[in-house]
Amino acid sequence: MFHLHYRLERKAIGLVLAIIGVASIGGLVEIAPLFTIRQTVEEVPDMRVYTPLELAGRNIYIREGCYACHSQMIRTLRDDVERYGPYSLAVESKYDHPMLWGSKRTGPDLARVGDKYSDAWHVAHLNNPRDVVPVSIMPAYAWLGRTDLRTDDLSLHLRAMRAVGVPYTDDMIANAGSDAYGQATPESPAAEGVTARYGKATTVRAFDGMPDRLTELDALVAYLQILGRLTDAANKPMAAKQ
Amino acid sequence: MGIEHDSAVWFSKSFGLLYLIALSLAVIAYVYWPSNRKRFDNAAESILRDEEDRPALEDRDEHTGYLTTGHEWNGIKELNTPVPRAVYFFLIVTVLFSVVYWVLMPAWPLGVTYTKGLLGVDQRTTVQEVLAQAALDRNGWMKKIEAESFENIQADPRLMTIVRETGRTLFGDNCAACHGADAKGRPGFPNLTTASWMWGGDPAAIAETIRVGINSTHAKTRVSQMLAFGRDKVLQRGEVDNVVSYVRTLSDPAALNHSKPSNIAAGKVTYDASCASCHGEDGKGNVELGVPNLTDRNWIYGGDEETIATSVWYGRRGYMPTWEGRLTELERKILALYVVGLRTGKP
Repeated sequence: MFHLHYRLERKAIGLVLAIIGVASIGGLVEIAPLFTIRQTVEEVPDMRVYTPLELAGRNIYIREGCYACHSQMIRTLRDDVERYGPYSLAVESKYDHPMLWGSKRTGPDLARVGDKYSDAWHVAHLNNPRDVVPVSIMPAYAWLGRTDLRTDDLSLHLRAMRAVGVPYTDDMIANAGSDAYGQATPESPAAEGVTARYGKATTVRAFDGMPDRLTELDALVAYLQILGRLTDAANKPMAAKQ
Repeated sequence: MGIEHDSAVWFSKSFGLLYLIALSLAVIAYVYWPSNRKRFDNAAESILRDEEDRPALEDRDEHTGYLTTGHEWNGIKELNTPVPRAVYFFLIVTVLFSVVYWVLMPAWPLGVTYTKGLLGVDQRTTVQEVLAQAALDRNGWMKKIEAESFENIQADPRLMTIVRETGRTLFGDNCAACHGADAKGRPGFPNLTTASWMWGGDPAAIAETIRVGINSTHAKTRVSQMLAFGRDKVLQRGEVDNVVSYVRTLSDPAALNHSKPSNIAAGKVTYDASCASCHGEDGKGNVELGVPNLTDRNWIYGGDEETIATSVWYGRRGYMPTWEGRLTELERKILALYVVGLRTGKP
């Protein structure tokens, strides 16, 4: 048994190939099958895509490193489920590229924070967390409400998402900029386009409380308010899924 | 200094990349250059060649009795000490353990499915069972709180102890973010310890508010909105100022001295015409419509002149989420009772 090893050690290329072969077993057994096993991603018909505004908010979430302190993954543990709600399903991160499950909870899990608090609360909280949660150690993100949201590149972001499998239509990509504006400006003509393209259930609101301006705060609050609400699948009883 | 930071970074990155690529190409060319071949082959085989000055592979060290690796440096040989038996023992135990684990637990992928294991363990079923078991453990008092009326629970000190314990956790996880850990609220988020409730302060009304929310996404949400009297040009600037002066006198007699009596009188006229239909002629609000009482000292957004003026000018539309999808009926019932128990203000 060890003679093979003695011989292998003397052949550099053979040894390299053997190392690659052994090291890839983990990936082949643990990662690759997830792409072929049917149960990995649940099939749910009501799963919807992020609107351009929510996608912009997601990009801000990534830019500011929110994932470093907040997870978006409710584990199949009693404590998690009792505090945060039904455990996360793989399908809920289907359109997340990259996924933001995170691995550390300095702050609470955010997987189901959507519609748990009001927009006004999120605005106050991001402006200065201590104003609403006195014991919070989260940094303030006050500049988000003073910074205009960049919308000229949103079509490109949507197209990049489509390249990795998110079903955005040509219509959605072409109107990404105006849809982002419309979703945060309820009484503008652009708002109708958002409802037409992304469905009636899409929340069209002045998320940051300033209907006349489209800020990064609008985008981030819109994103936070949709977390866990892209599909209703997780709320259905366990029996229905089996 | 003509070099900008960006261009310096661009130069070092692009030049650095080209430099590395060129370097590796040069190394590859050197290695595979035909005239170098003999030299490298020679070097590769030299360690395998049993030359006179090199010991044979099967060279045994006379002091320890172990084999050597065959390497020698100035007369010093490296021992090829065997791996201790204990390591082999535990390696074998580990492998045996994993074989047992593969049989009992979900383990191996098989194309579109996987081996489920003899025990049929599934994390999702497990957590459901644990939750069901936890509910079963609570069954005694859960059933009672579910079945009894609010009045009977409030009259039972033992049930109320459970309500306070469970309610405190539920309140902390779900309500405290907005209403505060002390339930005293802050501007925009009502104080729950007072006796003034826009939608009714008895446990049943509170439970209903928690269930459907206010201006929420629930189909049967409580709906209430104050018009933007100033922005939408229902009232003129002067009328707004007067009505603010009048409204302040409803809760604070000292405010009578802050404005001219004529302004307050004019404000009352405006109030009767524009505000009384919702807030009532006496300013006591309307619990049916979620209209706040203006005669007490409790203010949601603030009772100073400027904040009231802002409320009248821009209107108000509060928001409370629906909790029907998040909390069970029992949890909402406990919360309603818990919140009533926090009340310190007199009716």
